Amino acid sequence: MSVIQALDIGLAVLVLAVAGWTITAREAFGSVVGYVAYGLLLSLVWVRLFAVDVALTEAAIGSGVTGVLLISAVVRLRRTEAPAAAERPGIVLRLLAGALCAVVAAALATVVLLMPDPGATLAPDAAKHLDELGVGNPITAVLIAYRSFDTMLEKVVLILAVIGVWSLARDRTWGGAAGPRRIARPEGALAFLAQLLPPLGIVVGIHIVWVGANEPGGAFQGGAILAAMALIVMMARLAEAPEIRARWLRLALIAGPAVFLAIGVAGFALPGSFLAYPAGWAKPLILFIEAFMTLSIAATLPMLVIGPPNHPPRP
Amino acid sequence: MSAATLAGLTSAALVGLGLYGLLIAPHPLRKILAFNILGSGVFLLFGIIARKGAAAGFAADPVPQAMVITGIVVAFSATALAVALLLRLFQETGRATLDPDAPTKTPDTGADG
Amino acid sequence: MLAMALALATTGGGYLLVLAIIVPVIGMLLSLVVGGRYAERIALALMPAGLGLSLAIAVEVWVTGQPLVYILGDWKPPLGIALRADGFSAVMLVTAALVIAAAGYFARASFSTPPELAEKRAPLAFWTLLQGLWAALTVVFLGGDLFNLFVALELLTFSAVPLVCLDGRPETLTAALRYLLFALFGSVLYLLGTALLYGSYGTLDIVLLAYRISADPVVAPAVCVAAGLMTAGLLAKAALFPLHLWLPPAHANAPAAASAVLSALVVKGAFFLIVRLWFDVMPGLASQAVTTVLATLGSAAILFGSVLALRQPRLKLLVAYSTVAQIGYLFLMFPLVAGDHPWSAEAWNGGVMQTLSHAFAKAAMFLAAGLVAEQLGHDRIAELRGIGRAMPMTVFAFGLGGLSLMGLPPSGGFAAKWLLMQASVESGQWAWAVIMLAGGLLAGGYVYRVIAPALANASIAVKAPASRRREGVALALAFGAVLLGFAPDGFFGLLQIGRPLAAVALR
Repeated sequence: MSVIQALDIGLAVLVLAVAGWTITAREAFGSVVGYVAYGLLLSLVWVRLFAVDVALTEAAIGSGVTGVLLISAVVRLRRTEAPAAAERPGIVLRLLAGALCAVVAAALATVVLLMPDPGATLAPDAAKHLDELGVGNPITAVLIAYRSFDTMLEKVVLILAVIGVWSLARDRTWGGAAGPRRIARPEGALAFLAQLLPPLGIVVGIHIVWVGANEPGGAFQGGAILAAMALIVMMARLAEAPEIRARWLRLALIAGPAVFLAIGVAGFALPGSFLAYPAGWAKPLILFIEAFMTLSIAATLPMLVIGPPNHPPRP
Repeated sequence: MSAATLAGLTSAALVGLGLYGLLIAPHPLRKILAFNILGSGVFLLFGIIARKGAAAGFAADPVPQAMVITGIVVAFSATALAVALLLRLFQETGRATLDPDAPTKTPDTGADG
Repeated sequence: MLAMALALATTGGGYLLVLAIIVPVIGMLLSLVVGGRYAERIALALMPAGLGLSLAIAVEVWVTGQPLVYILGDWKPPLGIALRADGFSAVMLVTAALVIAAAGYFARASFSTPPELAEKRAPLAFWTLLQGLWAALTVVFLGGDLFNLFVALELLTFSAVPLVCLDGRPETLTAALRYLLFALFGSVLYLLGTALLYGSYGTLDIVLLAYRISADPVVAPAVCVAAGLMTAGLLAKAALFPLHLWLPPAHANAPAAASAVLSALVVKGAFFLIVRLWFDVMPGLASQAVTTVLATLGSAAILFGSVLALRQPRLKLLVAYSTVAQIGYLFLMFPLVAGDHPWSAEAWNGGVMQTLSHAFAKAAMFLAAGLVAEQLGHDRIAELRGIGRAMPMTVFAFGLGGLSLMGLPPSGGFAAKWLLMQASVESGQWAWAVIMLAGGLLAGGYVYRVIAPALANASIAVKAPASRRREGVALALAFGAVLLGFAPDGFFGLLQIGRPLAAVALR
């Protein structure tokens, strides 16, 4: 067994162990911390699968932003853990569920082992058109060209999630801001980090978006980093979250799908098909769309994490 | 055993674990965590399919990878909505439970209100 | 390869499919940015446009006799994504447009922004979520790619769940959280299935996948596992027994207009995809065993849901359990349509007719129940005596809807039952006919529970006379359910357009 194989097996065992810990831990806080660690380990697995774009997304969104969300939730829900533990289903139900899950896992494992190698793939088709698009990263091509409708719909999903989260506010706080109020002189390590990191994070984020056309990266990953910077600043109470009635915030939220739609509809005219790109214009249009998508993602993700407004709007 | 097959078996185990947690965990936040693990297992399955589809000079088929990226974002939005709902429920009732009779009980004693 | 070439090229009217999707999306985005009372105006202004588009699609499908196809971005599947509208899609689109327009018009009274406020929470949320829901349903009915349909399902869930808990009461919050968790469970199983299908065939386009699956001499285990997982997930979303637990509290406690849309359309979206899966993607897998299991669960839903409806103290819960029961009827069509038999076309028409007539009837009943609850301040059935004298139009609307649920002529429900029972008898599967008769009797029972005291000669105190217009909306929907019973043969011809077996015959 080579070193790489041993590492792979070790990584797999570690991932399963941490996932098992997350499911069975007694305390919810331990469970959430386990989940964040699990997410980071999973990113390593993705790198081993040669899917660097996915690894970046998993680390940034799957583990990072989700982790912040879950940690802030678990801390507030501490009181509810004891009554919930009392509602644990009986041993019979647990065994039945365990058996069902074992069957599903076994079926999947069988299918995985029976999978042909090399399997069915669209890689050659994807590679064929990369030159005419002028894009080097095939995943960006899939996201913003071949299957752009998926990505556009997904932006709409994000907006609906924001509306859904906002709708959970109390009537009297509608229009206001979420999250903690600003402090005049924030102190401590978090405040220090929040002053140090964001300029760096913004540069890194924008770089990842720009580079994503030809290397691993793209709007989602870069946008997530920008969102993380915004979250750090808000959590350190250096700045307040914007009020949800702010016109600029709403424009930032819809900018991504709106630009996408506009270019798509323009596609009706010149290249003749919705979401088609005219020859030679593909790369600049893709970058243009990605820029606005990044803006939207950077605005949407923090809104989803900080939740519905809990301060009434300032008069 | 290649990295892809190993990852595939891992993904099967993760799906089983996540599904178990989603069905059994009594606290909704644990259910949400389990859903995330289940989701990441499914994405990992896409990942090994991508790896097995390496061709045309790419180390992995880009189409499933793009689907996973979309999926991760969608899963995060779902988590955010679920957590916001749960926190609002907690705000209103002081409890975090899916028991439909719970809202009629007082939070402290658990007796019918 | 006539059918294949047709399915992978944009047809003449294909652009209508794109417009049908982007109109509600643009409306939703505009509503969010402009905000305030304009959200309501934008939503209501776009409803006639959406209705017009859906009618145009139906006419185009009818006139050309072929499904409409649109290849997005000129990227042909398997690499790209296609939109397709067959007869079933077209009628579902028109139904969705009509029910949403009715619900929107009905909801103006409850979700208008008061003049002194720039923007209020519930109205903004309602009008944006309603448009999001409409966009989601449109993609579900038109999508030709399984992963695209996954995103559409998520869109549908995220629009529907917050509508349930718009009033912020603890019961609705609990119901909404439960609904969300069931829906996410369903989505993730569906996604798992699509992963397996992609891994086996390298495409998620419905037509291409169907072709590649049918070209395999032996059914791959991956396809079986995928079929099982996706069906299980979609059944959770369609609330088929025994995965129906989330539906009654969610639909009963939502605002009336939202309940109407949820029961009439949202659960049908998941059912639509189950039909697509079993009859379009993998018809070869629809064996006797599988379809009988689905129909058995449907029968259990009919009996269980109807009996529970008989025992509900609250009107809206009764209507919600009735939805659980009526969804069961939809699954009776599976063993009757499967395979290429003379009775398959009949059963297909019956199943689609049941979907449509239930949509109109249930929407009417929820709107009527909402009006009653508003005027009385409660919806306890025990205290409904004499409501018929105070609100005759409302009770009439409820009764007409109930007529369709019971399957009495003249109504769409009767036409659906007639077709399904004929198919059941012709195919020798008598059990389903018996179940349908029993279901009809039970439906009669729970409708009578409401109508009998309502028509009693008693006086009852109502807060204020109900708005004639809102009563009229409920009545119009109920008439829609009845009118379906008069559907001409041409209508059934439309339903047959694009049917998979017809496509197979073309090859």
